[in-house]
Amino acid sequence: MRLMLICLSLLALSACEGRQSVLNPAGRDAQDVLSLIWVMFGGAVLLWLTLGAIFVYVTRVEPREMPRRWGEMLIVGGGVIFPVILLGALLTYSLPMMKPQRDADPGLKVHITAEQWWWRVDYELPDGSRVTSANELRLPTGRRTGLVLNAHKVIHAFWVPALGGKVDMIPGRETYLSFLPEEPGVYRGQCAEFCGASHALMAFETVVMTPEDFAEWLTAEAEAATAPASGEAVRGAQVFAREGCGACHSVRGTRALGQVGPDLTHVGSRKSIGAGILDGSADDFAQFIAHTESLKPEVAMPSYDHIAPEDLRALVAYLKGLT
Amino acid sequence: MTKPASLPMAEGPYPPSEAALAEPVPQAEQQRGAEELRAAWKTPEGWRYVTAVNNSEVGKWYALTALAFMLIAGVLALLMRVQLAFPDMTFLDADRFNQFFTMHGSAMMFLFAVPMFEAISILLLPAFLGARDMPFPRLSAYGYWCFLIGGCFVLGSLLFDAAPKAGWFMYPPLATKEEGIGPDVWLLGLSFIEVASIAAAVELIVGALKCRPPGMRVNIMPLYAWYVLVVGGMILFAFPPLIAGDFLFELERSFDWPFFDPTRGGDPILWQHLFWIFGHPEVYIVFLPSIAIAAMIVPTVAQRPIVGYSWIVLSAVGTGFLSFGLWVHHMFTTGLPQISLGFFSAASEAVVIPTGIQIFAFVATLMVGRVKLTLPMLWIAGALAIFVAGGLTGVMLAIVPFNWQVHDTYFIVAHLHYTLFGGMVFPVIAGVYYFYPFIAKKLLSERLGLWAFWLIFSGFNITFLPMHLTGLMGMPRRVFTYPESSGWGWLNLISTLGAFIIAAGFAVFLYDLLRPKKAQGEIPRNPWGAGTLEFSHEVPEEAWGVRSVPHVTSRYPLWDQPQLVERMDAGRYYLPDAPDHQRETIVTSVIDAKPVHVQRVTGPAWITILAAGFTGGAFIFPTFHIYTPAIICGAFAIVCIMYWLWTSTARPPKEEMRDAGLGLRLPTYASGPDSVGWWAMWITMLGDATAFASVVFGFFFYWTARSDFPPEGALHPMGHWVVLAALAGVAAWALTLAAREANVRSKVALARAALVLAPLAAGVAGVAAWAAVRDLDPTSHVYPAILWALMVWLVAHLSAGVLMQGYCLAGSVFGKLTPRHDADLRNVTLYWHFMAVKALVTAAILGLAPGWLA
Repeated sequence: MRLMLICLSLLALSACEGRQSVLNPAGRDAQDVLSLIWVMFGGAVLLWLTLGAIFVYVTRVEPREMPRRWGEMLIVGGGVIFPVILLGALLTYSLPMMKPQRDADPGLKVHITAEQWWWRVDYELPDGSRVTSANELRLPTGRRTGLVLNAHKVIHAFWVPALGGKVDMIPGRETYLSFLPEEPGVYRGQCAEFCGASHALMAFETVVMTPEDFAEWLTAEAEAATAPASGEAVRGAQVFAREGCGACHSVRGTRALGQVGPDLTHVGSRKSIGAGILDGSADDFAQFIAHTESLKPEVAMPSYDHIAPEDLRALVAYLKGLT
Repeated sequence: MTKPASLPMAEGPYPPSEAALAEPVPQAEQQRGAEELRAAWKTPEGWRYVTAVNNSEVGKWYALTALAFMLIAGVLALLMRVQLAFPDMTFLDADRFNQFFTMHGSAMMFLFAVPMFEAISILLLPAFLGARDMPFPRLSAYGYWCFLIGGCFVLGSLLFDAAPKAGWFMYPPLATKEEGIGPDVWLLGLSFIEVASIAAAVELIVGALKCRPPGMRVNIMPLYAWYVLVVGGMILFAFPPLIAGDFLFELERSFDWPFFDPTRGGDPILWQHLFWIFGHPEVYIVFLPSIAIAAMIVPTVAQRPIVGYSWIVLSAVGTGFLSFGLWVHHMFTTGLPQISLGFFSAASEAVVIPTGIQIFAFVATLMVGRVKLTLPMLWIAGALAIFVAGGLTGVMLAIVPFNWQVHDTYFIVAHLHYTLFGGMVFPVIAGVYYFYPFIAKKLLSERLGLWAFWLIFSGFNITFLPMHLTGLMGMPRRVFTYPESSGWGWLNLISTLGAFIIAAGFAVFLYDLLRPKKAQGEIPRNPWGAGTLEFSHEVPEEAWGVRSVPHVTSRYPLWDQPQLVERMDAGRYYLPDAPDHQRETIVTSVIDAKPVHVQRVTGPAWITILAAGFTGGAFIFPTFHIYTPAIICGAFAIVCIMYWLWTSTARPPKEEMRDAGLGLRLPTYASGPDSVGWWAMWITMLGDATAFASVVFGFFFYWTARSDFPPEGALHPMGHWVVLAALAGVAAWALTLAAREANVRSKVALARAALVLAPLAAGVAGVAAWAAVRDLDPTSHVYPAILWALMVWLVAHLSAGVLMQGYCLAGSVFGKLTPRHDADLRNVTLYWHFMAVKALVTAAILGLAPGWLA
């Protein structure tokens, strides 16, 4: 018995800690849904236990005949009257919760387009200009930021459990979602509509910051790439050019202008790489470049396993310097 | 419509008097009757056994095959659970895992859940209704062989690493773009099986409506029969939208017609609508029949009639209707307008009411009765516990903001398994324990049954209860692995362990089911003391079903009608013999079950197996893009089916009247609404019309959802060809109708002439429809593609109509069709009524579309 209680409390604790958990909200919409969840879950457990108790009573405790009238009252009361009242109340309470998640604060809009298997992220500033990034979303607290969602080839879905519900990303159609983040922190999001071989490996980090920090970050993000600092990084930039990385990737301020793959202008400052599957240490970069296809089945990027080790180190130093 | 020309009517006393029933039957007569029935109903032996068509054989094969497919799907699940037991496992690679989850879902839904309902109904429905067999035994057999071939084909793709891998719902564009034959296996293999399912549904509806025993009015028929009607109707209206979607999908994959390609005007959301208009009723199609099994078991356990019979019937019908209005709750996250989401949320909650009424009616019956708990009841109790939990999470999921969080996560996996296991698997197993004495005249082991129950029940909860939490903690569905940092590892490990406990439970159950039980002694015919007709059968010793077809006056005849079984066994009731050594059953009227005629039902045949094989070829070859053999197989399939119809349906009888017992004389031939064939045609056409309506819906969907429909500078169908097609189509219909009327009035030459001109008119209609769209390029944009799709549909149906007209002409020439015996022509005319409407609707869209859209 004690063991079971310990297990249950460990269970509860870990659930509340997850960075990708509905039970650990950091935004207004997720918080509202969580309150609803406790009410509904509590009600469900109560109802299940009640029906179970009735069943046990009529089959084991009192299996003898009871008046037919009681049976009919059970059917009408339990089957019709009670659900109508309960469900009516539930619907009335919950339906108005939909609207805010479609609302927008006409300040910042982020355009996110899903690819197989990474995320194009474009911040649209009030003046209409765009700041291009990839595989990470950054948001300010205290205001609703609108997300305009689209997809390139197949259907995906955008989901950050800590901030709110998900919306599908459908080729040929724009869908819309808004978040009102409240707690600064780093939360994980993941694609939630099966999109092919590497569906399980299509995730991203959402960094929620105070409005001041966010404004500072956005200004830095809009700028061109940091020039390579060390000698090794300079050599790395040459490896980057020689290997033709610019054919698929962009690094603003250099000759690399490719649109096929994620923008790498500030890849060194991201919390994760490979669309949320690796942390971003030097080793992670090296692994991803040299063994892309074994890390992400059927990915479009080929594995660059032919690069000599010292060149690979230099390339990694260059990329990590793109902060 | 004119009545069939002077066919004889039923004569003699009806209903039978108590005096007539009390009169004993002489021994010699009983002996003779039994021998004749035995000869007529003999099960073929040796290798000819596969030609059997009796519902007791076909039902068993169907159930065992569905069970086998379920076990294979279960093994796929075990393998997936091994892969997910720990983070970052490499037991299955992504591609294999994706094939496995697609096939697990597809096999469970298409190869187990619905076929198992059909199997159980084929096995049991005639028994509940005191009938000897289903009305169209060869159709059941054909459906079974199609199911076997299709299922082996679809599952077999796993062995070749060629299984579909885009999920059981196959969303485009992912599934349309996928290379390899996987999606084609899914589309063609499953369409093939769906056709078999619709055939079974048609037969079950006709059986429940027309093949009840005399006196079993519609309000005293067993609840199972009501559920069969409701579910049969749901299959009829739910499967066709999927078939229409499959049709469009396969056209896109084979010929690049862009129905779901947004770059050429198509829309992936159309597939989602068509799939879920099928998909939601599908889960009720799975759930309701199992509740029907519970509805047969609970009264026996409570030793009294069910409380709230009318409530249950109304709720079953209500659930059936409502289930067609909920489908968007599978699409809450697709960005549809909020008002639409609100409506579907409310409707999804509303369906709780009829569902709850049924469950409370069972509990009320137990409350009011004297409960005698038995092993089947334990399984029903487990079913209720699990299903109610699933239903409660369903109530939660209908709430949109909550749905937005947990859609496509393990919370849904938990919900769907609770409702499917609780609502289908447990009741079916309860049914196996309860009806085993009826099927095999043996009892299953009480001890092993308890072991199986507790293993499966606890294993199930250990596997799926944690998944509610796993989903809330952020684990999406259909992921072949997950990182250590997610924290989901221990929950997944628990689920994996639970899965193996379920497997152990099934192993125990299977052992009990399949082990030889020769050592078990004689058991009583009615070991549970049930009140309904199935326990009056003497299976498996006698293949004749009932010894004589009873006259029924109560919902629980074995409880309420004294000496019923004795009198049935003595051959006192109807059809106690078979003087022509032919298989027969009684057809009664729909509402009051008054005897109408004696129906010959078919016996063993090879033609059904051949027809199924060729039909299989027609669907399987196109998967590999080998079209010529496909067309040849299709042609042979048609030939087989026409031969089968010619030799065993609507043949003018040698004797016009038959002595049916108790002084009643019944006609042996029926035509028009009295005949089962007419009902089968009518019901099939409703399904076909639904599929057509779904394709038409596609046209209007594109019109409302896309701004580029039609695109700038699009070509439109040529007006004069469209008008010609419409006129010729209507002419073909009118000529068919004229043929029927002329035939009835014995103007045979005129009828035959009409039957020669009608196909010509139909041919003109087909060519004109093609000519109207031939200049449009269906690969360029969805606008010409959908018009071409409508044209192809029309031409295919016109061709079938022409074959039918030719069949009737041949019938008239070779003596199968006469002015008195015109069932075939009446059925074909019915087909052509629908055809005329289709031709006019298609012409309206092709002809008026440019005007409307401008």
